[in-house]
Amino acid sequence: MDCDQNPVTLGSYLDGELPPEQADSVREHIGGCGKCAAELADLVIVKRALRPARGLFTPSAEFRRRIERQIEVPRRRPLVWRLIPATILAAAVLLVAVAWTLYPRRSNDFAEVADMHVSALASANPVDVVSTDRHTVKPWFQGKIPFSFNLPELSGTDFNLVGGRLVYFHQSPGAQLIVAMRQHKISVLIFQDSPEMDRAFAVPAGVRHRDAFSIETWQSQGLQFFVIGDAEPAGIDKLAQLLKAAN
Amino acid sequence: MNPEFFESAAMPLFDQLYNFAHWLTGDRTDAEDLVQETYAKALKGFRSFEEGTNLRAWMYRILRNSFLTSRAGLRAQNMAALDDDDDADLQVATSHSVTPELLLLQRESEQKVMNAMASMPAHYREIVLLCEIEEMSYKEIAQVLAIPIGTVMSRLARARKVLRQGMTAKSSEKAAKWTVIKTPSR
Repeated sequence: MDCDQNPVTLGSYLDGELPPEQADSVREHIGGCGKCAAELADLVIVKRALRPARGLFTPSAEFRRRIERQIEVPRRRPLVWRLIPATILAAAVLLVAVAWTLYPRRSNDFAEVADMHVSALASANPVDVVSTDRHTVKPWFQGKIPFSFNLPELSGTDFNLVGGRLVYFHQSPGAQLIVAMRQHKISVLIFQDSPEMDRAFAVPAGVRHRDAFSIETWQSQGLQFFVIGDAEPAGIDKLAQLLKAAN
Repeated sequence: MNPEFFESAAMPLFDQLYNFAHWLTGDRTDAEDLVQETYAKALKGFRSFEEGTNLRAWMYRILRNSFLTSRAGLRAQNMAALDDDDDADLQVATSHSVTPELLLLQRESEQKVMNAMASMPAHYREIVLLCEIEEMSYKEIAQVLAIPIGTVMSRLARARKVLRQGMTAKSSEKAAKWTVIKTPSR
């Protein structure tokens, strides 16, 4: 039996590429044409035989990674993460700037405290109220300074109260007490605490040294205390401990 | 187009492209080079890629064009000049005298079918691969090969014929071998 059916059409029919009407026509033809039915069967065999060729060759994992790296888009970190280095840098700059600003001021403030001690001792009248009795000295300051403080009982210690005077620091009145330890004169300075004081004297606890003077400062009860003198640091610290216990 | 979109859209094609490249080149190293070149070219040209275009067909076309200009591709083209896609002789060439032998193919090993594919001219192998392995529509194949759909149909028919001949020849060779082997024992 001869047939003029184009084999191209049979292939297209098998691949589902014919328009519906033409596909119906070919289907009908195949039903009555043994030659085309056999041809179609051959094409089906070829198609089935080729199935194993799908995915026959698989790339290596290493090659896949290489391609992935090749086309990988550089990941941009979230804005917050990208700002962290800039933030750290800005904070560091700010810290250095603040330290740069505060250090000379702190240094000047300590110098001023030392000056108050020296000027008192150099004065012909080192104290305005002369008394070894704390119950005399403390009341003398009433009405002169806007705060009150406690004086420890010094009898029986290495220290003797000499008297007190009114001083000013940062335009604020404060109390200066002169205490003798053997031949050494020690100043106890007491001022109201303030943010400026905090910034100027926020230092670790303990005795510091300034122009050969030993100085210890601390805050308590809203007051800023200084103990300064040329006595040995242990003596300065001992007096400071007595004052801390009293306040 | 967004490069991140390319990364997410192109990588799922990786296995298929590699399989296709290996079939075209017949060699792992050449296939890797071809795929790598394809992705490099695609990434470079992706900014001009128009949304809505068939990405798969676009990638296969790059790979196929890269193959044609590669050493392996030029070698393959020299080995077999492209036949006329005219289907005038297809009618004559289609012989059903081999049908019983074709039936033997069902019992042939997969390796024999693969060998028949591998021995086909490259331009026939690629269109069979695109149709049968990649299951592309004629329209997609036309885009990849840059030929009209009519040419896709005729070339595909011719390629199938060549493949069947190759497969049948191998079956015939095997049948002949069986005959030769069995003759002395009669």
